[in-house]
Amino acid sequence: MSIQEFVAPHSLSEAKGLLSDGAMASVLAGGTDLLVGVRLGTRSPERVVDLKHIPELTAIHVDAESVRIGAAASAFSILHDSDVPSCFPGLAEALDLIGSTQIQGRCSAGGNLCNASPAADSIPALIANDAQCLITGPAGDHQMRVEDFVLGPGKNALKEGELLVALILPRPSSQTADAYLRLTPRTEMDIAVAGVGVSLTLDGEGTCTAARVSIGAVAPTALLVEAAGAALVGTQLDATAIEAAVAATREAACPISDKRGTAEYRTHVVGVLVARAVAQAQARIVETSS
Amino acid sequence: MNAYQEFSIIGSRPVRPDGLDKVTGRARYGADLNMQGQIYGHIVRSPHAHAVIQSIDCSQALAMEGVLAVMTGEDLPEPGDSVLGSGEGAIALKDLSPMVMSRGKVLFHSQGVAAVAATSPELASQAAALIEVSYQVLPAVTDMHEALSAEAPILHEDRFPDGFPEEPTNLAAHISLEVGEPDAAFESADVVIEQTYSVPMCHQGYIEPHACVARVDAAGRVDLWCSTQGHFTVAQYTAALTGIDVGKVKVTASEIGGGFGGKTTVYLEPVAVVLAQKAGRPVKMIMDRGDVFRVTGPAPGAQTRVKLGAMRDGQLVAAEVECVMDTGAYNGNPAGIPAFMATACYKLTNARSTGRAVYTNKPKIHAYRAPSVPQVTLGVELAMTELAAELEMDPLAFRLKNAVEEGDANMMGAPYNRIGLRECLEVASAHAHYKAPVAEGEGRGVAAGYWINAGLQSSATLNVLSDGHLSILTGSPDIGGSRASMALMAAEVLGIPFDHIHPQIAATDAVGHCDVTGGSRTTLATGQAVIQAAEQCVAEMCRRAAAEWEVEAGVVTWSQGAAHYGEHSLTFEALARRAGTMGGPLTFSSSLTASSAAPSFGVHICDAKVDQETGRTTITRYTVIQDAGKAIHPAYVEGQMQGGAAQGIGWALNEEYLYDENGALENPGFLDYRIPVASDLPFIDTVIVEVPNPLHPFGVKGVGEVPIVPPMPAVAEAVYRSAGVRMRDMPLNPPKIVAALQER
Repeated sequence: MSIQEFVAPHSLSEAKGLLSDGAMASVLAGGTDLLVGVRLGTRSPERVVDLKHIPELTAIHVDAESVRIGAAASAFSILHDSDVPSCFPGLAEALDLIGSTQIQGRCSAGGNLCNASPAADSIPALIANDAQCLITGPAGDHQMRVEDFVLGPGKNALKEGELLVALILPRPSSQTADAYLRLTPRTEMDIAVAGVGVSLTLDGEGTCTAARVSIGAVAPTALLVEAAGAALVGTQLDATAIEAAVAATREAACPISDKRGTAEYRTHVVGVLVARAVAQAQARIVETSS
Repeated sequence: MNAYQEFSIIGSRPVRPDGLDKVTGRARYGADLNMQGQIYGHIVRSPHAHAVIQSIDCSQALAMEGVLAVMTGEDLPEPGDSVLGSGEGAIALKDLSPMVMSRGKVLFHSQGVAAVAATSPELASQAAALIEVSYQVLPAVTDMHEALSAEAPILHEDRFPDGFPEEPTNLAAHISLEVGEPDAAFESADVVIEQTYSVPMCHQGYIEPHACVARVDAAGRVDLWCSTQGHFTVAQYTAALTGIDVGKVKVTASEIGGGFGGKTTVYLEPVAVVLAQKAGRPVKMIMDRGDVFRVTGPAPGAQTRVKLGAMRDGQLVAAEVECVMDTGAYNGNPAGIPAFMATACYKLTNARSTGRAVYTNKPKIHAYRAPSVPQVTLGVELAMTELAAELEMDPLAFRLKNAVEEGDANMMGAPYNRIGLRECLEVASAHAHYKAPVAEGEGRGVAAGYWINAGLQSSATLNVLSDGHLSILTGSPDIGGSRASMALMAAEVLGIPFDHIHPQIAATDAVGHCDVTGGSRTTLATGQAVIQAAEQCVAEMCRRAAAEWEVEAGVVTWSQGAAHYGEHSLTFEALARRAGTMGGPLTFSSSLTASSAAPSFGVHICDAKVDQETGRTTITRYTVIQDAGKAIHPAYVEGQMQGGAAQGIGWALNEEYLYDENGALENPGFLDYRIPVASDLPFIDTVIVEVPNPLHPFGVKGVGEVPIVPPMPAVAEAVYRSAGVRMRDMPLNPPKIVAALQER
């Protein structure tokens, strides 16, 4: 069956109605995965619901407590028309790695998350920043952590008729910074062989008081590696602590060998990236507090 | 001695005549033409890499509303033993026909087995799914070494290469050459090294997929539009493959979005013609990107064993090269080139070279920029560098000591004319890049390269327009700026402004025969036809001026775009405006089989930095030095040098076809088939060396292909010097480098 209907609702309630009347519907937040899937024959919705005209879904709000990114907000608007890059430079870098400038004009952080690719760049960065998913659906609204939202390659936790509305991230203090690094053979237009998101909080003496490490492309879903974070907390991020975090990360990784890299290589390189991302996040905190 | 020694406009850098249409999106490529009433073709492809086709049932598809025609391999004539073309360009119809559509057996995954034409692309695709093909699946072999083992499935029971007539194997060809006494010479050498190197099968990387639209009229005449490097070849191949007289096939070449050798054959065109013939409607066909990778001819993967012997003073005394090439499912003739050309850069009186081609269950290989030479050159040049290190010699000095020059004979026994390898090596040795110290953590590699270059057939027609402008018609698709070169060459001879000249690529019925734009031949050979036609124009204009002035034609001279005698002069424009009363329209044509081709040489210098932890390589500096004979349009010569280097760097670092255990290609797209993007490369510096080709009126040598020859060994050496581990199997991708570093 090919696409029969294209609808562009202007309100969330209208969108919810279009997603829960039994039609085989797919949402289009930017379409950069959906249209490719339709063309390849892996997606065949009867109805496409364009979310770009719903203000709540494209808005980006930053207040003292939190940062709320509409699920359909384009990567370009997040990167160029919001305070997200100054709050989360690592998340911004992750989004900036997705596609070309033209693609970034369409694609969204919400879409990158819902697409649930093991190699998605934004997901480890969101997990590192403790992001929550705001979900609406027939049973009302609820929240869920990003690391719980992705269930497997291409599978997310949205139930029939549910819709991801926004991503909500706690606003970091000046003593907190994030970083995202990925390994691709090419500099651009490529998909992560391994990706690492890190968020660190340091006290005035440089001791790590909180750390979240998330890894991508080395397991069926992006993982929060709690042991790696734990290895860093309470340390000055000295070589021993970094080594312990690297070892914990490699332990947690369970990659496959495929056309993008061998399992051995991915396990090795995800550790290299953890060490580098920790150093980068640390440098960001030192830079802003000096 | 070249007919032209001094130039006024040759060597300048005007904007190409086709540039404006290309940057504004107006240029029409393969998929951009639509014919009135056209329908759409779709090919049914094999899900197996090796199978016998037991039956094909098209009845359900044909019964569908909107389906107007179906075809199978049975609709193409039996290829028999006929051969198309001659010499290096010769190809057996039995190796060409199954790349369009198989018959009886499929030998690679996604090979075409049937086709359907319907009123929309969606209907055609749905109808294709209704064509029922029953297969008896056979074991497949995609690795050429496995293909030579005794247990391997045999692809062609009926083929025996020369000298191996006993029983069928997957050996497609075996060619061996020897000069002097290599075994004795190795005995006498002070130092002998022997190593084996390999290169994977790879794609040409053209961005525009294959596309065409074909109409067949009531009289059986074919009107075909397609993206191609040679529409005369398309006409010839399509005619032979469909059984239609070539005289009834008119082909128009669209603009072309890259080819690099990959568009010197046909895939869709015969199918579109047969479907159009059956349906009575024009048929349009566009190949999707996945099929471009799965079913068109890639460059062969190869393994090369190189043995070199030298004296302590750096004198090379013997060479032995054995190259095994993966030809895919049919014979793409890759074996001869490495045998003939492996050691072409060096003075060798004792050498042996062998080329072998092996059948595997993959698409038949096809031409890619200097076909087969980059693969064998990886081995020979990296071995030269390794040997230079053993001899404690500078790698360029070692090459200079042994470089071929005028009068030296190659493996084919032919002596070189005036060539420019020594000059390139000297320029490289003195270049600021080579003189600069290697940065901390980086490595540097150098390599030389050779390509034979082609001459072949070309034609040009010049029409002088009534306002003094000039149209140039050739049959050579413009793939790298050749329109600008044609206009420059005509402007040089005629002395008229560049922007008064309008070069066009004419259809097969509008200009004399032109062979493909390939073999780095267009500026040389088609350019020579343009020069000759322009010289005819000058002669006729001088004759007309002489008649006007009532003097002997011989006393009239031509300069600055005008005929002169004493006080008299008549400009090109005046003669054009008065043509009707001075003897009629001014039209000049010239055709030739060019015998002016001369080989090209280049030397590349590469600096690279390997990240010791991630295995990622960054090319930090790259310089291409190349003999162009005479650079007609230096910017486009530099573009060729940079483009070839970029492709070679991609092949060295990341590009390769990956097949799964069933023979299906795992990376049929540019996401996972990683050609370099702009940010992967440094600015590629170029130095054009000009050692004029004495056989060509302007001194031109082909420039398009040789720049892809040296990059792999240059990059591999730079990676070795940076990483500290020697790798001889391309591509040098991050996982491979990390594995090698960990093994150390």
